[in-house]
Amino acid sequence: MSDVSQREGAKREGKMSSLSRQQIGTVLAKQGILIAFVIFIVAFTIANPKFLSPDNLLSVVRSSAIIGVMALGVTFVVISGNLDLSVGSMMSFSTIVVLDLHDKIGPLLAIPTMFAMTLCLGAVIGFLVGYLKLNSLIVTLGMLSAIHGLTLTYSGGKNMDIADKEGTWFGFFGQGDILGIPVPILLFIALAAGLGMTLSRTPFGRKVYAVGGNGTAATFSGIPRARTVFYCYLISAACVATAGLIQASRSLGSQNTVGQGLELEVLAAVILGGASLLGGSGTIFKTVIGVLILGFIQNGLLLMGLQFYAQFVVTWIIIILAVWLDIAAKRGKLWSSFA
Amino acid sequence: MTDVKPVLRLEGIVKTFPGVRALDGLSFDVLPGEVHALMGENGAGKSTSMKVLGGIYQPDEGAIIMGDEQVVMNGPLEAKAKGIVFIHQELSLAEELSVAENIYLGELPRKSFGRVDWALLYERTDAILKKLKVGFNARTRVGDLSIANQQMVEIARALTVDAKAVIFDEPTASLTDAEKVVLFDVIADLQAEGVGIIYISHRMEEIFKITDRITVLRDGQYVGTVETKNTDEERVTQMMIGRKLDLSRNVSHHELGNVALEVRGLSCGKLYSDVSFEVRRGEVLGFYGLVGAGRTEIAETLFGLREPSAGQILLDGEEVRISSPADAIARGISLVPEDRKGQGLVLGMNCRDNMTLPQVDDLKAGPFMAEGAEVAIFDQYRDKLDIRTPGWKQRVGNLSGGNQQKIVIGKWLSMHPNVLIVDEPTRGIDVGSKSEIHKLLRGLAAQGYAVIVISSEMPEVLHVSDRIVAMYSGRVMRTFTSEEVTEDNLIQAISGLTDDRAA
Repeated sequence: MSDVSQREGAKREGKMSSLSRQQIGTVLAKQGILIAFVIFIVAFTIANPKFLSPDNLLSVVRSSAIIGVMALGVTFVVISGNLDLSVGSMMSFSTIVVLDLHDKIGPLLAIPTMFAMTLCLGAVIGFLVGYLKLNSLIVTLGMLSAIHGLTLTYSGGKNMDIADKEGTWFGFFGQGDILGIPVPILLFIALAAGLGMTLSRTPFGRKVYAVGGNGTAATFSGIPRARTVFYCYLISAACVATAGLIQASRSLGSQNTVGQGLELEVLAAVILGGASLLGGSGTIFKTVIGVLILGFIQNGLLLMGLQFYAQFVVTWIIIILAVWLDIAAKRGKLWSSFA
Repeated sequence: MTDVKPVLRLEGIVKTFPGVRALDGLSFDVLPGEVHALMGENGAGKSTSMKVLGGIYQPDEGAIIMGDEQVVMNGPLEAKAKGIVFIHQELSLAEELSVAENIYLGELPRKSFGRVDWALLYERTDAILKKLKVGFNARTRVGDLSIANQQMVEIARALTVDAKAVIFDEPTASLTDAEKVVLFDVIADLQAEGVGIIYISHRMEEIFKITDRITVLRDGQYVGTVETKNTDEERVTQMMIGRKLDLSRNVSHHELGNVALEVRGLSCGKLYSDVSFEVRRGEVLGFYGLVGAGRTEIAETLFGLREPSAGQILLDGEEVRISSPADAIARGISLVPEDRKGQGLVLGMNCRDNMTLPQVDDLKAGPFMAEGAEVAIFDQYRDKLDIRTPGWKQRVGNLSGGNQQKIVIGKWLSMHPNVLIVDEPTRGIDVGSKSEIHKLLRGLAAQGYAVIVISSEMPEVLHVSDRIVAMYSGRVMRTFTSEEVTEDNLIQAISGLTDDRAA
């Protein structure tokens, strides 16, 4: 008798714990990144109260704006089931070109010309990946290198500087502010809002999800797969051009390698936000969260007095941890049972 | 029978998912040497119960008992080690590896220093293949085999272990009649060795041919177990759907309109050649033939997915070139493809978005999607097709096969096409939904649609078609009217000259 009731009790208990574990899993899977975000902020605030001061918050967002703007475009590419590793070197290109043209044809013409040139690069990638169906990893890795070479050829390897730094309004995009809010942040917010709406609410956005989720089914539904991928790379290039504009305007001078390595930070932000590298999932909102997490981690580590180079290591450990926890939450356990 | 100890027994299995009670007190047992059918409509809980048995899901309540002891399955490998083997409906083979490597994957025989003992591997494999009487050998690359032969490899895999119970999940879905005979022989051999067999299928004639007992599930509930010899199709169907099934053939013809689609001498490389036919409004044209006869390829050509090498396509009497699916859709041609997961649906998307995918560009309010209109379309076709889902936000991947197929059909019906092509509309779908879909196709013709139905199931073609095009090996053998067609002359037409060449 007691044996039976004991077994019953054990059974019920087992059921309880499995149920609540399932619920926790569901919550984690849906909100994992947000929860991680809150934990980071609390931890850093405890470590250094200055972390949450308005000045510091603003500076984090401001310094994240360039990565953030590029991450918005890469989100489209990743959801469509592709990669873009060329954004870093493409941003160097945009920055150098706009600085050079500034003195040659004036800022008013320099900016649209630079956008057009950057979009051409995006169109080349979009053509190769979308229409020729080449592997995006290979294409954009190749373009990373090719565009770097293009930039150096263009500049002759020299740093680019605006001659009359005092007498130009060009610094507005990187240094100016409207109602006390820095322009880079405003640009980031405006682009995030616009692209967020595009992705979540327009027919084009729906096509991006369909193409990345199941390209064959998208084709069988009459969705132009190649064109959709092509546009994703154009959007990515437009975002890169905007980032280049902010960068150039902020410093009014630049090295050829200003964007070097940023492609990985951008991709990390997108993945941190929870977009799947396999395509078909992710949102602009989540990417923004990913960008902020990355920014806050780097800023927090800085405030804690961590040596600059050590930051790279710690940042990446945290990113890997976050991705791991995200995946673990999705599959309900930390380890995969399949070796 | 009571004195024989079952090889496998399920007792009061309950499995719940958030919002769904997928299995509610399932109990049945399998005796040694018995073929036990598990039947039920899609979503009745067959797959879930098999996943519980295979250790993919853990039951919330109830027990799995093998012999005398209760067992807990922690995964497919453990289930296999205990002698429970699955032959899956969907193949899980490595295409680049040989037949032998696939069969012994993970347990290749070894020599010293971990080297693979190829001679022994091929010898063992060929022994198994001989038993199956198949036309390929251990060294064949799996990717070079037909789907049917790949299925045989799956079965061969099961024969490598000392199986106590073998579960066949829709094993004949892609087999030809000749291959079915071989499969049934294999099952009979297993039976003779005292293996218990669970046989999941929608095909009544098979069930009544080879099974000893039938267990029926409905909506996750255990309905009952009956001895096959003491029952008939009608009773089992009633148990499954709780009502009678309409098995009559199509005799009524609707008033025919003008010719919506005409094809003249259409060819596409080696896939098919010199194909001519026409479909009128108000008519269902059936395409019947074996797998590989070229029917799907014709549909894909009409839908702009393949370029014809010769011939003409005429829509409403006007010659057209269809260059892409978007082009086909714009001209009023819709295709419900044969592979619903691979071609029909984006599984990660929700029900509504899948259904409205072909018309995203038309459902706009300003620059944005008109989500209200989308939901209205979804609701309309959910009601019309009786799609069972908690709501439009449900991911399509979470639905049962039948409901998934209805989403695909709804997607194309909502386009109001002039010509609707449906390729294997009821593959893997339960009897209840099947007859609903058949009725729906007839109803569409009545409304003046021109409908083309491609099917490998003779009852289906007979049931829905006004005329039937019989194909063999890329050629139209004959076009029948529903009055002149018989089972015999249809089978002759699709078999070409010699039966064994077909496959």
